[in-house]
Amino acid sequence: MKKYDVIVIGAGHNGLTNAAYLAKAGLSALVVEKNPWTGGASVSRSLYEGWTYSNCSYVCSLFRPEIYRDLELARHGLQVIPYEGGITFMRNGDYFGSYSDTERHYREIARHSKRDADAYVRYEADVSRQTRLIRPLLLRTPPDPVSFKPRDVMELIYLIRTYWDLGEDILYDTIRFWTMSVGDFLDEYFESDIVKAHLAGSGIIGTALGVYSPGTAYVLLHHYMGDVDGSVGSWGFARGGMGSIAKALAAAFQSFGGEIKVDAGVDKILVANGRVKGVALENGDEHYANIVVSNLDPKRTFLNIMDEKDLPGDVVRKARNFKIRGSSGKLNIALDGMPAFYGMAEGHELLKADFHFTDSLERMERAYDDWKNGTWSKDPYLDTLIPTQVDPTMAPPGKHMMSVFVQYCPPQVNGRDWTDEKRDEFGQTIIDQISEYSPNFKDLILHAEIRTPRELENEVGLTEGNIFQGELTADQLLFNRPFPGYAQYRGPVKGMYMSGSGTHPGGGVMGAPGANSAREILLDLGRKNIVPAALNDE
Amino acid sequence: MTAPMTEPMIARAADKRVLPTPFHARASALCQTNCWSSWNAYTVVDLYSTLEDEYFAIRNATAAFDLTPMAKYRISGKDGLAYLDKLMTRKMGKLTPGRVMYAAWCNDRGHVLDDGTVFHLDKNHWRLCSQERHLDWLLATAMGFDVEIHDESAEVAGLAVQGPTSCRTLKAMNLEGIENLKPFQLRYFPFDDTELLVSRTGFTGDLGYELWIEPAHAEKLWDALFIAGKPHGILPNGGQALDMARIEAGFIQAGVEFVPAAELVRPDRGRSPFELGLGWLVHFDKPIFNGRRALLEEREKGSRYRFVRLDIDGNKPGNEAFIYNGKKEIVGHITSATWSPSAKMNIALASLKMPWGRPGDELYAEIYYNRELQWNRLMARCKVVNDAFFAPPRRRETPPRDY
Repeated sequence: MKKYDVIVIGAGHNGLTNAAYLAKAGLSALVVEKNPWTGGASVSRSLYEGWTYSNCSYVCSLFRPEIYRDLELARHGLQVIPYEGGITFMRNGDYFGSYSDTERHYREIARHSKRDADAYVRYEADVSRQTRLIRPLLLRTPPDPVSFKPRDVMELIYLIRTYWDLGEDILYDTIRFWTMSVGDFLDEYFESDIVKAHLAGSGIIGTALGVYSPGTAYVLLHHYMGDVDGSVGSWGFARGGMGSIAKALAAAFQSFGGEIKVDAGVDKILVANGRVKGVALENGDEHYANIVVSNLDPKRTFLNIMDEKDLPGDVVRKARNFKIRGSSGKLNIALDGMPAFYGMAEGHELLKADFHFTDSLERMERAYDDWKNGTWSKDPYLDTLIPTQVDPTMAPPGKHMMSVFVQYCPPQVNGRDWTDEKRDEFGQTIIDQISEYSPNFKDLILHAEIRTPRELENEVGLTEGNIFQGELTADQLLFNRPFPGYAQYRGPVKGMYMSGSGTHPGGGVMGAPGANSAREILLDLGRKNIVPAALNDE
Repeated sequence: MTAPMTEPMIARAADKRVLPTPFHARASALCQTNCWSSWNAYTVVDLYSTLEDEYFAIRNATAAFDLTPMAKYRISGKDGLAYLDKLMTRKMGKLTPGRVMYAAWCNDRGHVLDDGTVFHLDKNHWRLCSQERHLDWLLATAMGFDVEIHDESAEVAGLAVQGPTSCRTLKAMNLEGIENLKPFQLRYFPFDDTELLVSRTGFTGDLGYELWIEPAHAEKLWDALFIAGKPHGILPNGGQALDMARIEAGFIQAGVEFVPAAELVRPDRGRSPFELGLGWLVHFDKPIFNGRRALLEEREKGSRYRFVRLDIDGNKPGNEAFIYNGKKEIVGHITSATWSPSAKMNIALASLKMPWGRPGDELYAEIYYNRELQWNRLMARCKVVNDAFFAPPRRRETPPRDY
């Protein structure tokens, strides 16, 4: 049987990014994927004839432009189309709209609070400052703070200097920002509940925390630090759905001679004499390589496909303790036409953006209470988009596809496993909420894919359906991600590496963990690094 | 006693600062920004809504651009083709009725006066379409030919309809058989009791068409187009978005990549077709054409400049930057630059002194940018790119795919 230089487990965007760089560097690489399709959580599938869904992730901002350009993903067919703004519908019939045009945005906030309209300038400057600090770190390997290796020491000095240069108060701000709640953070700027509610959504998406839980301010930053064509904080649609990102990465990988096997779930990473020697598939096949990269989350990697006896005890313990909690659900809906919304003119440009139906922090916190109580939110926070208003490829002309991300949805319902009936009941809760704001929404539904953490875990392989492969809290970020001592993409067994969102800099369709991991592998092999450095962001 | 002015006389009178195009009412109803600019005396929209939306209408759906201000000349008569062969550097023999050709024309020094498209409308009827006005030169070249040249700029309204769903949009407008129209072909369609001329041409490097009609029917054309295009994502686009698309396509523009030779005060500042990457349009195997002698001499002695397309490191656009070689000597400058959202590259068009721009030459763009009152200077590495930065296969497909 052919021996590869490297085998990557999981054809998600990070696994493919990792494999593409290794293949580009001249290594023979195989990617094995358990599903019959590639993409992991950046996947587009057609489940209803004529419609294509972005089944999991649904918008793009975090994907590193350095990788996009370097791997020539545009040439391989990827196109990301930015959209502007957002809208939160209010229970009183009004709404709050967010616009990219500064003056228009000012006037819209001023409709709700004049003071907040002015405060937004301060808010934006403060948040932009934090994004400027974190963006250069995305394509860097986190330094190990207890290591005395020259590279770690240099990186640590770089990290400290980056902050120090801006003055000590910025360091205080940063530490507060990384640890405080998004609710407390927004309270320092705004008085209007609707403005706060609109902005707070980014602080809870994908996380099992509420708007007043410490750590959610960072989650907001995590959603703000991306860009589309250099416009930081902007989000866009991948033309053809998020699967286009994985498809372009797969095409780039294959153009460098890489091989992909689908329907090839891994049973075990094979270890002999303290180093990896390949993988054993669930179908009994074995493939051999001196390097095996797991793109799975840390729990699946260390507790499912590795033998505990091959691992140091602390890794097993840390993997067990790793926080990866299911908190989100997703609906993908085929619509027979464009739904109308109360108070919104037909074709209003805000409908081309993300829309939400939760108009206060109080309601958001109550939605979290339901999750803590072991059930899905009865009044959930939704992040809803209808990309087919812009993308002509995902539904027939005049028809639409709606993507609804739902916060919160627990991994189990009242301590019991999900059933199909419960899943449909959950879906109905969402449909009912949207119907309160759209008179014809229900009549337009042709098909709906309803996904609880159960479906996300079983299909995508994300433990508990956690979209980030692990919570984005300070105890699991930077040199703590996934765990202290293992944050530089190297596993505890020689030749074993990690490339998934469970590693720095975390989740979102970013490609950065995969690229960083490739850089470390090339370094260990004594090969020239070909992974691009972060762009100068000044 | 003098006769009162007729409507067209009033419309063209110079006591108005700028003229409205026949699409003006429709364009101004959709223009959210009040950003207009003037072009050949007409006022046209620079930006309707946002640059992103308009640009991506071109690259993702359908975008409509008012190109009425283009100069248009009707060339009629049995010597028409012979005349065009003398005017243009390119052999025009393949320009059969129903076809369009891209061509450039030069003065006697071999410097480009302009580039444009020639439509063979019908037997003994042609239309030359260009950005600049050239009646004086066209008439001067007509000496000895049995041709009539007529400036029909104000008599034809034009709309560019470009983008991946443009064919679908025109099909929805009941232009039967539009999907079979090949690149650089034209066809007439009945519309609103008149004839609508459609050519598969454009300035975006994408799938696209140009629609030509009498001004009296212009608004009805706009309305029909926008109704048909609604389910296909149609948006109007202004000059800013078009400029991004044409740079991505690697197309030169008069007044930007070259100064039209007729305007030159310093005659040596002109550019020959060879110096604009248009050598493929120069056919010495025809015995006579304007500029032939000078161009032959240039071919023997060598050109002074080289037109290049550059892929620049980083993400700071290199507008008007000097280009340096590896020895820190200035070897040229950038004429057009933009970030390309479709190629995901920092791209530019540049004019370099010979021999620079050869494969493997080390080149740097000197880029200045300002962040909160701090000026920074970058020397960004440039790579010469041979073809268009973005060239989707759909631009040549017949019939084109649905999107």
